[in-house]
Amino acid sequence: MQADITARPMAIALDEATVAFRLAPNRVYTAVEKARLAVEHGEFVAIVGPTGCGKSTLLNVAAGLLKPASGTVNIFDAPLTGLNRDAGYLFQADALFPWKTAIDNVAIGLEIKGTPRADALDRAQGWLTKVGLGAFGNRYPHMLSGGQRKRVGLAQVLIRDPKILLMDEPFGPLDAQTRQIMGNLLLELWNADRKAVLFVTHDLEEAIALADRVVIMSAGPGARIIGNWRVPLPRPRDISEVRLDHEFHALHREIWGVLKDEVMKGYAQSAG
Amino acid sequence: MSKVGLLCLQLLVAVVALALWQLFSTVPVFGHLLLPPFFFSNPIDVGSQIVDWFSTGVIWKHLLITLWESILAFAIGSLGGVLVGFWFARQPLVAAVFDPYVKMANALPRVVLAPIFTLWLGLGIWSKVALGVTLVFFIVFFNVYQGVREVSGTVLANGRMLGMSERQLMRHVYWPSALSWMFSSLHTSVGFAVVGAVVGEYLGSAAGLGYLIQQAEGVFDVAGVFAGMFVLSAFVILIDLGVTHVERRLLVWRPEPVENRG
Repeated sequence: MQADITARPMAIALDEATVAFRLAPNRVYTAVEKARLAVEHGEFVAIVGPTGCGKSTLLNVAAGLLKPASGTVNIFDAPLTGLNRDAGYLFQADALFPWKTAIDNVAIGLEIKGTPRADALDRAQGWLTKVGLGAFGNRYPHMLSGGQRKRVGLAQVLIRDPKILLMDEPFGPLDAQTRQIMGNLLLELWNADRKAVLFVTHDLEEAIALADRVVIMSAGPGARIIGNWRVPLPRPRDISEVRLDHEFHALHREIWGVLKDEVMKGYAQSAG
Repeated sequence: MSKVGLLCLQLLVAVVALALWQLFSTVPVFGHLLLPPFFFSNPIDVGSQIVDWFSTGVIWKHLLITLWESILAFAIGSLGGVLVGFWFARQPLVAAVFDPYVKMANALPRVVLAPIFTLWLGLGIWSKVALGVTLVFFIVFFNVYQGVREVSGTVLANGRMLGMSERQLMRHVYWPSALSWMFSSLHTSVGFAVVGAVVGEYLGSAAGLGYLIQQAEGVFDVAGVFAGMFVLSAFVILIDLGVTHVERRLLVWRPEPVENRG
């Protein structure tokens, strides 16, 4: 069930984007080659690929943290220059400010925009409550568990109400149960206002359970986008239940058939 | 082991050591003293010297001078270290140019500077402050430099994505990171401020604990030397307790020394 990329206005549109890194004066590593990717407004797109294929690279391009060597990046039909101001970014590693309490970590996004502190704290408290940490506002990040830190991170990003949400394996370091809980929390929050989401993961099951569309990348170097599937599962979904669905299995089998070869290639490359 | 039990054992060590010292310096063994009083004095003389200093109040002036010198050395050295550390960390070219000179200056044993500082700044407190500054500055400088350079790339990228300007990154990311490194070396830098003050006084001054010890040595007053050393130790321990207290308040956000973050 290969989906077409439509011509409607896009939240994110990468066209022929190639990203290369200079490893040594005369050695250039091409991470991503001629990637074509579009995320509609309100659409949840997951990128899946073997380890080290350049999924995060693509995300950083959409965030404006990396500039492609060639190709174009459009955000809401305007070329991206500098950082993507419409996007919130949830990182894989711990990105909270360790010297700020949970509530200060959430409020900072508003404070730097000039929101009065009392007002910012008030709204931050509201967001902490939304992510289930209403009583943990004055804890420092190191006093929170990995899952709780991710919740704070989510609140920190969402309080700014970005039009686009970029997520780089945000639940990667968490244990399986916490991942499901976080996935459901994410869907619940996303359902409220349906932002455009670009979600990077190496976990195909997670991708299908969360997304409207799953994009598969080939193994690097010079990774390309090799597949594009629409996920027909109805919403709202429950991550743990949707996995039992017949359609889920059929789709998983279909995508895995393509992904498996790439994963093997990826392993072979990193081993040799 | 309970807290009280531990304290008893710790006291026991002091009591035994003092008793042995008193014994060997007053009771002859096989016709002669193992610890001749001229070289070793004895605990009672040392104790009465300390009591005498405090009861007459002469010690306060010296303590205050040393404390004041240490505080000034710490404050000026830290300020300089923070400013230069920040500057170098944000301007790699400047850091690269000055690198050999910083290494050279830091390699120099600071004691040799004491006579020059005395020559330049006189016998008053400023020559001691200067000596302390040369010690404190480098510790703070290296830590702040490290702190600014080792800001986690992810935290920095997060700040940028949240919309921070360069100035806001400075205030919310670089500055707290640098300060945390500086505070983690607080014990060392405060200790060095005191070392600078006392060594400076010892090498030439008119007041302070170092001066007191040096004067006693000059007249072979061994009891005075030991008394001075004990007062100095107590003084340093008190300052260190204060630092620990300040540190606890400033670094509440830090995990316990053994870090365990994912």
